[in-house]
Amino acid sequence: MHISPVLWQFLVRWLTNSALFPPEASAISPQMDAFYFFLCAISAVGLIAVGILVFGFSIMYRKEKNPVATQIEGSTLLEATWTIIPLALFMICFVWGALLYFRIYDPPTNAMNIYIVGKQWMWKAEHPGGQHEIDSLHIPINRQVQLTMISMDVFHSFSIPAFRVKREVIPGRYSTVWFEATATGTYHLFCTQYCGTDHSAMIGEIVAMTPEDYQKWASGSTSGASLAQNGERLFASLGCNSCHSGEATARGPNLAQVYGSQLQLVDGSTVTANDAFLRETILNPSTRVTAGYAPIMPTYQGQVSEEGLIDLVEYIKNLNSNYRIQQTLTASQLSPGQGGASTSGSSSPAMNDRPQQTLGAGQGRPAKAGKTAPSVPGTVNQ
Amino acid sequence: MSTIVTLPDQETARLPKLSYLNSEYGLKSWLLTGDHKRIAMLYLFSITFFFFIGGAFAGLIRLELLTPLPDLVASDTYNKLFTMHGVIMIFLFLVPSVPATVGNFVIPIMVGAKDLAFPKINLLSWYLYVAGATFLVFALVTGGVDTGWTFTTPLSTHYLNTHVITAAMGVFIAGFSSIFTGLNFIVTIHRMRCPGMTWFRLPLFCWSNYAASILMVLGTPVLAITLVLVMLERTIGIGVFDPTKGGDPLLFQHLFWFYSHPAVYIMILPGMGVISEVISTFSRKRVFGYTAVAFSSVAIAVFGFFVWAHHMFIMGVSNYSALVFSLLTMLVAVPSAIKIFNWSATLYKGSITFETPMLYAFGFMGLFTIGGLTGVFLGSLGMDIHLTETYFIVAHFHFVMVGGMLMAYLSGVHFWWPKMTGRMYPESMSQLSAVTTFIGFILTFFPQFIVGYLGMPRRYHAYPPEFQVLNVLSTAGATVLGIGYLLPMLYMPWSLKYGKIAGSNPWQATGLEWQIQSPPLTENFVDIPIMDHEAYDYDWLAHQTEHEVTTVG
Repeated sequence: MHISPVLWQFLVRWLTNSALFPPEASAISPQMDAFYFFLCAISAVGLIAVGILVFGFSIMYRKEKNPVATQIEGSTLLEATWTIIPLALFMICFVWGALLYFRIYDPPTNAMNIYIVGKQWMWKAEHPGGQHEIDSLHIPINRQVQLTMISMDVFHSFSIPAFRVKREVIPGRYSTVWFEATATGTYHLFCTQYCGTDHSAMIGEIVAMTPEDYQKWASGSTSGASLAQNGERLFASLGCNSCHSGEATARGPNLAQVYGSQLQLVDGSTVTANDAFLRETILNPSTRVTAGYAPIMPTYQGQVSEEGLIDLVEYIKNLNSNYRIQQTLTASQLSPGQGGASTSGSSSPAMNDRPQQTLGAGQGRPAKAGKTAPSVPGTVNQ
Repeated sequence: MSTIVTLPDQETARLPKLSYLNSEYGLKSWLLTGDHKRIAMLYLFSITFFFFIGGAFAGLIRLELLTPLPDLVASDTYNKLFTMHGVIMIFLFLVPSVPATVGNFVIPIMVGAKDLAFPKINLLSWYLYVAGATFLVFALVTGGVDTGWTFTTPLSTHYLNTHVITAAMGVFIAGFSSIFTGLNFIVTIHRMRCPGMTWFRLPLFCWSNYAASILMVLGTPVLAITLVLVMLERTIGIGVFDPTKGGDPLLFQHLFWFYSHPAVYIMILPGMGVISEVISTFSRKRVFGYTAVAFSSVAIAVFGFFVWAHHMFIMGVSNYSALVFSLLTMLVAVPSAIKIFNWSATLYKGSITFETPMLYAFGFMGLFTIGGLTGVFLGSLGMDIHLTETYFIVAHFHFVMVGGMLMAYLSGVHFWWPKMTGRMYPESMSQLSAVTTFIGFILTFFPQFIVGYLGMPRRYHAYPPEFQVLNVLSTAGATVLGIGYLLPMLYMPWSLKYGKIAGSNPWQATGLEWQIQSPPLTENFVDIPIMDHEAYDYDWLAHQTEHEVTTVG
């Protein structure tokens, strides 16, 4: 069976532009739709096969036509045929589906990361540059975007039909999903896991913009402090820096460049310090003590909100040296009342290429006090 | 090897003077009966009642979804509607449907026994069903419950103030009813077969109910444990599922689906048994590949226990474990495909007539094929990401559970109705209802596949206006479907008094249950039968009728 590529293209275009399909707006969408066509095709074949057998035999062997039934025991060969053919088809589906699944759920390494916090009944998006959104998410097209998501209460599920991606948002643990939008536009965002009274109102919009528009939006919507800057303040005010000072004699491990590294724990196991590990360690430190350190860190369960945890994780993620920690420590010792708010942003070059990253934005500029600050130009590219 | 169909002359049929229906009179004789046939009747009444309630909720849901705006009921009411619809339809209708009514009635007769192994446990199982149902009705009339039928934590344990515990208690108790039914079937099929009734002479209906019984006995306790944990978590906060206490909310999903996926097979397997009987009877042919069909039931039961995590592909289970569960899900689809093809092949060179049970069985084959194939969509990992938690899922399991199982149930009830009551249902009326049901069903649920692929989430009270056309189609279909279901509720009671007298074997079927009078005596058989032929041996039946002086009735 051969189908002309042009005809195939035409069919796919025609079908995907019809009202029977959601818009194809991500890199994965055409792949998902191709798989869907394949599944529909084998379903049609299967259904037609059964239909022909049932209707054909019903007409040919109805009682008026065939008053005498012929008894047949069975046929191993036939049975083997209709065991093996469906099995083979199902195996193709399995392999194809698995490839697609791994593509959707294996995050790329250089995606831009956005945090999502779900709670009854709203979605909160936090961009690393400090842009906060409720029930909407602005993203640039042609850029891999990874979402790190967590729920503050019950199970939610973050679904963007136009991108063909969805992932459960779970209380107490990070889940991730990534996509690459390919067409600008506004798309549906649904919570697809039943979450109580206003489940069907837990919707929002995904605004996919050109990178230039996204830059404009990002610089116009920042709250003034990046997540990492918020994290830094929190780090100081919770007193984390008194142990995690980065000095050789410190009671806590050095956190600089800890993100993404392999850690040896006291129980002998090795773990990768990823977002989930950092969050879990802040909340329940005693369960995962790094080798060489005493289990003295208190739990922060119930003391830091999910947003605060995201800030801390983002801060630690971007921590390339302990210079700022020590500076904060010194500053807080000099003027304890002001805490981390009096730090200067003089060093700590921004560690990644996020366009809206503001960590290194104001070289030599004193950090402003949080939300009241005037809009900081968040567009320094390294 | 050929069989000539000679249907008995029904004009000469007479109702037997003594039967299980008139051996005793009075309410007490029914409520304290140990007779499996009377208990089957008790079940039949109860599940029909709850089907009616569950169906009414479904009607309200469809009516609300006629428009995109949340304008008919409030959000909480809507959530209660779909929760109670699911809970009632699954635990009070689908799980007991075929086993507890038709199965209860015919399995002892099919194996040539006078009753089930434990008649009192059988009665107890009905009382447990009623007790469970009472809890659920109590939860319903005192304000309902809105957890969704899945009782998902932490929503059910911490975030709702409805009657979660009452409802969970109801399901917990009703679960024991199903365990006892399963236990009874297993022991009966093992120990009470009449002389000559070997395993491979059992009708396929017994095989599929046996497979379902194993699932009931092994799976339901896990649901019971899970519900107890939910209740404890809700009352005293033991923290098994609560992440802030170190619990794991995903553990609930694992435990719940460990029962609830096999529960799908608990619901569908007995229905498949009905289809085997009906297809064979109305094509006057032995079932093509008896052993393959029998073992495919067992294979479904075995594989069915190892696919539960396919409900959790997007929940952050390890990608590699998802791979294993997807593979096993594909394997469990194969025995179902075998069954469908074997039933089709049974028709080959048959002598087919199209009475109502056969029409319902054809409906089953069409709808179950669609339901099964769309299951392959959902079992394919990548596709599941887009389709799960949308209306595609809703359409898929309604095709399997309603299109498949309910069709099979109605097929079975019509098929054995003459045996149960001694009278025929009105044929043309019921053929009309079978066709109406089929058309209404397609119209209701097919648009939901499309709206699901478009992304409409399930359990949504309000939805974006571009989905309205498909939802209107679906609601229109539900109206037709509703009429299709109402018709049997009217003509079946009518036939009790006005139906034609059936005689002992109106279909010329081969099962032992058709060789005794209709309705049967309380003790089923006057003498213990001796099985000297295979199941579905139409030559034996033809031979039998030749030599017999016509003693129909």
